[in-house]
Amino acid sequence: MMSKLESKEDKMLEVQFVGDDDVLNHILDREGGAKIKKERAQLLVNTKKIIKKPEYDLEEDDQEVLKDQNYVEVLGRHVQESLKNGSATDGGNKVYSFQNRKHPEKMAKLASELAKTPRKSVSSNLKSDPEITIDIPQCSKGHSASDKVQLKNNDKSEFLSTAPRGLRKRLIVPRFHSDSESEYSASNSEDDEGVAQECEEDTNEVILSEQIQAQNRVVSAPVCKETPSKKMKRDKTSDLVEEYFEAHSSSKVLTSDRTLQKLKRAKLDQLFHKWMLQLHLGFNIVLYGLGSKRDLLERFRTTMLQDCIHVVINGFFPGISVKSILNSITEEVLNHMGTFRSVLDQLDWIINKFKEESSLELFLLIHNLDSQMLRGDKSQQIIGQLSSLRNIYLIASIDHLNAPLMWDHAKQSLYNWLWYEATTYSHYTEETSYENSLLVKQSGSLPLSSLTHVLRSLTPNARGIFRLLIKYQLDNQDNPYYIGLSFQDFYQQCREAFLVNSDLTLRAQLTEFRDHKLIRTKKGTDGVEYLLIPVDNGTLTDFLEKEEEEF
Amino acid sequence: MATSSVSKGCFVFKPDFKKRKISVPIEDYFNKGKNESEDSKLRFETYQLIWQQMKSETERLQEELNKNLFDSLIEFLQKSHSGFQKNSRDWGCQIKLREIPTAALVLGVNVTDHDLTFRSLTEVLQNNVTPYVVSLQAKDCPDMKHFLQKLASQLMDCNVDVQSKEKESVQVTQKKIPYSMDSLSTWYMSVTQKTDVKMPRKKRTPSQWQSPPVVLILKDMESFTTKVLQDFIIISSQHLHEFPLILIFGIATSPVVVHRLLPHAVSSLLCIELFQSLSCKEHLTTVLDKLLLTTQFPFKLSEKVLQVLTNIFLYHDFSIQNFIKGLQLSLLEHFYSQPLSVLCCNLPEAKRRINFLSDNQCENIRRLPSFRRYVEKQASEKQVALLTNERFLKEETQSLLENLHVYHTNYFLVLRCLHQFTSSLPKYPLGRQIRELYCTCLEKNIQDSEEYASALQLLRMLAKDELMAMLQKCFKVFKSSSEKQLGNTAKRIEEFLAQFQSLDAEAKEEEEDTSESQSKGLQKTDLYHLQKSLLEMKELRRASKRQTKFEVLREQLVSFIDSLAREYLLLPETQPLHEVLYFSAAHTLRQHLNAAPRIALHTALNNPYYYLKNEALRSDEGCIPNVAPDICIAYKLHLECSRLINLVDWSEAFATVVTAAEKMDANSVTSEERNEIIQYPLKSLLQCPSKHTE
Repeated sequence: MMSKLESKEDKMLEVQFVGDDDVLNHILDREGGAKIKKERAQLLVNTKKIIKKPEYDLEEDDQEVLKDQNYVEVLGRHVQESLKNGSATDGGNKVYSFQNRKHPEKMAKLASELAKTPRKSVSSNLKSDPEITIDIPQCSKGHSASDKVQLKNNDKSEFLSTAPRGLRKRLIVPRFHSDSESEYSASNSEDDEGVAQECEEDTNEVILSEQIQAQNRVVSAPVCKETPSKKMKRDKTSDLVEEYFEAHSSSKVLTSDRTLQKLKRAKLDQLFHKWMLQLHLGFNIVLYGLGSKRDLLERFRTTMLQDCIHVVINGFFPGISVKSILNSITEEVLNHMGTFRSVLDQLDWIINKFKEESSLELFLLIHNLDSQMLRGDKSQQIIGQLSSLRNIYLIASIDHLNAPLMWDHAKQSLYNWLWYEATTYSHYTEETSYENSLLVKQSGSLPLSSLTHVLRSLTPNARGIFRLLIKYQLDNQDNPYYIGLSFQDFYQQCREAFLVNSDLTLRAQLTEFRDHKLIRTKKGTDGVEYLLIPVDNGTLTDFLEKEEEEF
Repeated sequence: MATSSVSKGCFVFKPDFKKRKISVPIEDYFNKGKNESEDSKLRFETYQLIWQQMKSETERLQEELNKNLFDSLIEFLQKSHSGFQKNSRDWGCQIKLREIPTAALVLGVNVTDHDLTFRSLTEVLQNNVTPYVVSLQAKDCPDMKHFLQKLASQLMDCNVDVQSKEKESVQVTQKKIPYSMDSLSTWYMSVTQKTDVKMPRKKRTPSQWQSPPVVLILKDMESFTTKVLQDFIIISSQHLHEFPLILIFGIATSPVVVHRLLPHAVSSLLCIELFQSLSCKEHLTTVLDKLLLTTQFPFKLSEKVLQVLTNIFLYHDFSIQNFIKGLQLSLLEHFYSQPLSVLCCNLPEAKRRINFLSDNQCENIRRLPSFRRYVEKQASEKQVALLTNERFLKEETQSLLENLHVYHTNYFLVLRCLHQFTSSLPKYPLGRQIRELYCTCLEKNIQDSEEYASALQLLRMLAKDELMAMLQKCFKVFKSSSEKQLGNTAKRIEEFLAQFQSLDAEAKEEEEDTSESQSKGLQKTDLYHLQKSLLEMKELRRASKRQTKFEVLREQLVSFIDSLAREYLLLPETQPLHEVLYFSAAHTLRQHLNAAPRIALHTALNNPYYYLKNEALRSDEGCIPNVAPDICIAYKLHLECSRLINLVDWSEAFATVVTAAEKMDANSVTSEERNEIIQYPLKSLLQCPSKHTE
């Protein structure tokens, strides 16, 4: 009996915890995010508005009704807050700056208080809230069900909001007295804080146990595909929706970013610690998934790597090369001024150096390991060899759909990857900012895909002309002195193939090619024009094969 | 310090003063961000201990498995080199001297493991045969020049170890020597002469060898350019009399490849002997056998995890290294995520640790599902005691843990025994390898499975000598373990053996009987009688079959095995406290080891609801929710017309989708707003095509 009861209770508790957690998240995103933005704007304006501000904190629907009451509460709280800060007499700028720092935490506290209330309302108002009680048993069935519950709860946040308001009143009443008895109120507020913290700890703990259970449950319920890390991501991404739309309305992302950091710090911290652990145990970490992972890695860097030597490598930077990576390691990390005969020599030197000095530790953070410049076989081999060293830790992100194809078995064993999914949906702002940049020299080489795309938009005759040129170039690929096909010969060939009927039409076609950078013309020593396709022969062969398949 | 710049892509960060980077002990990462109270330090230590043991065990296994191969290789090297030693003038030897002794080492496709094998091979050779061991990889040697350069520099390095004084001069000269076979052989002569002088003093192991051979290992023979190989072989065969070269080819596919790569003229210069390394599957079996199917390591894998690991092995890489890595990861995850894993150590230590468990940990024990189930089965006062009294709980936990260990010893013995019986049945209903049997046993109650039933059916049809052989093996299994628990069983098996043997004599007598009756029956020649007697004989035989002692005994044996399986091969999930030892988060493992980035991208683009969990995003096939992230909308529009998309059309469509929900007339959108909207897909556009044009 007893045990059954307990187990039942346990289950109930779990369920409620899940709900809380999500409600907490939800409220934090929705209100916390919005609030801070507003607040930031207001901080710049004047004092009155700051005092009024918490009205927005509470439910806006009930705003009119409770206006007066809230106003008083807020006043009281504000005074009390300043008392606690020890700067009651100080008005003006100091307070603002102080508050500016403090507010996010207060928001979190407030939100966690709010988050605590629904549970109470559930347990006390069981009858008034039939829907929720129905949800609970569903919850215990499986994870997918609990997701539904979260959502329902989310939808009902307005509905539930009555309870928080009641609680707030209760909580704030003692504070209201604080005008007269400052000491008492101080202790009281500490209590409050304690409660809030407890609540937070509680939820944290629950998250842990929930994770464990989720792991256990994976076996039985294939539907729920979540694991702690992923779940974390997912939670985070749910924040990102809100963040996203805020970003949409006003392109400043900075503010909401801040809240995210505050709210998820604990969870992220745990994740980062795990990464550090795994890195130290000889694994390397690779992040994949839609959305820029730069911010995540940056945060990892700023939280965990402050005291370590680390190198951040922007793979998306068009001028990046393995040589420059190795150079920055030898010159800046190891303070070596000499030069090396080749990249491999340099690599050997680095490897020896790191093997000799076992106390040396280096973290490599590579954004976009799969970028154009680094995806080559040799580059990957070198980076892989670096990462296989015991005291070099690599954490990288990949974005390309086919990025894993870069690595064969040998490289994969060098890298010793642990994969982490990080779908963030954030913009690739930084990563794409170098595209078509004037500061960066474009290599001018055309990959196969663009070649196909351009050619597809042309007439069949133009394609035929181009094909002729390709074939001629491929026939001559073994000739080291090949400078191109002379215009006259080309014209002759085109005429024979019934592709053009006059000198002029061919020239018109060629202009088109030239505009797309498909061909280059050169004047030979004899003053004749020679035509050349500035694409390497491998690509051309591929292209021809593809063409033949299609037509 | 910013990490973006238009002029450089690498940013080095060094902490201000060097002393600050005193590295944080790894344990800190293990317990940070979690509750401190849950013995995390102890857990981490236990993890490291177990991992070290497992690692050294696997290394030992590797060595053991390679030993045979290496021994025969060494023998081959010594034998083939003796010709050079003797320097005999005999014609046969002269001919043979033209041929480079070559060992073709077929290693299998698990390329990642080869490195390790070669490393230990080099070591073994250097210790036993010759100091001059060089290994080359195809990617270092695109042409002859590089090939010789690498060869020479590695050879000289080998030599440098011997004469460290000359290190400097050698390194200086290294850059200047034009590498050729000539220079190599002169170098070899000078070196061997020198070492000859030194030899008696230094007491080199193969002291009887005046000129140690040069062993060249080509790690991946298939990927070498044929031209380089041919040239090298032809040249070096010319120099063989002064430069005793022995080749070792590492071959991943099949030995035929040597002849495919080299024309007859070249391959006739080689004197090839084939060596086959142990197949990786057998290797896996031994590793599993020694790491998991043993009570030596308390850590165990659940069925799903084992499946994931073996599947990665069998369908992806055949790499033992990766398998071990997976094992390491699961070990780490287990200790990281399960607070009670602190008890995952050997029994006496675990018992000691139980006494020091904190209240929190006791609570954790009570929360274990398996423990809860166990409590529910107890009498009510015991339940109360278990749930309230810490001391009682600890005692109970101790006994439960002990039971768990006993369960494992019995389990593995019976498993092996059953494997002996089922591994050679026709069609292998329960698998050939013990790991397959183990997997089925972990997955469900084996006696309920069809395969088990059919296996027993087949056992009932086996002949006596087969059964005897199995029994013998089984008996050995039981004997090899010193455990007392199943002593009875061993005795039973011995009895069975004895009974089967005693059957022999009786059987002979019976046979005589039947032969007599047969001869009697054949005396009559008329048809009717013949038929009648045949019928009689048939009936007689059937009757006698039913009564044969052998059959009775066989029936007994089968039911005995069945009872063993029923009694001991219980599911681990039924054991209380199994969570302490079993790691079951198969999904985490798969996600980290065998991720599917393609699927993740696809889901993120097509079904943002999966990640964002926003009700508004839940949509039917084919329609585009306007609140979805821009990139998803852009992607779906892109799918509509994926070949050559008009940028303006695209952004127009995008604007329509986005603004539709805001109940705004597209015309009323100011141009500024529209511009802003359009900007987003443009940004994502740059990333998008690169993703799905391929």
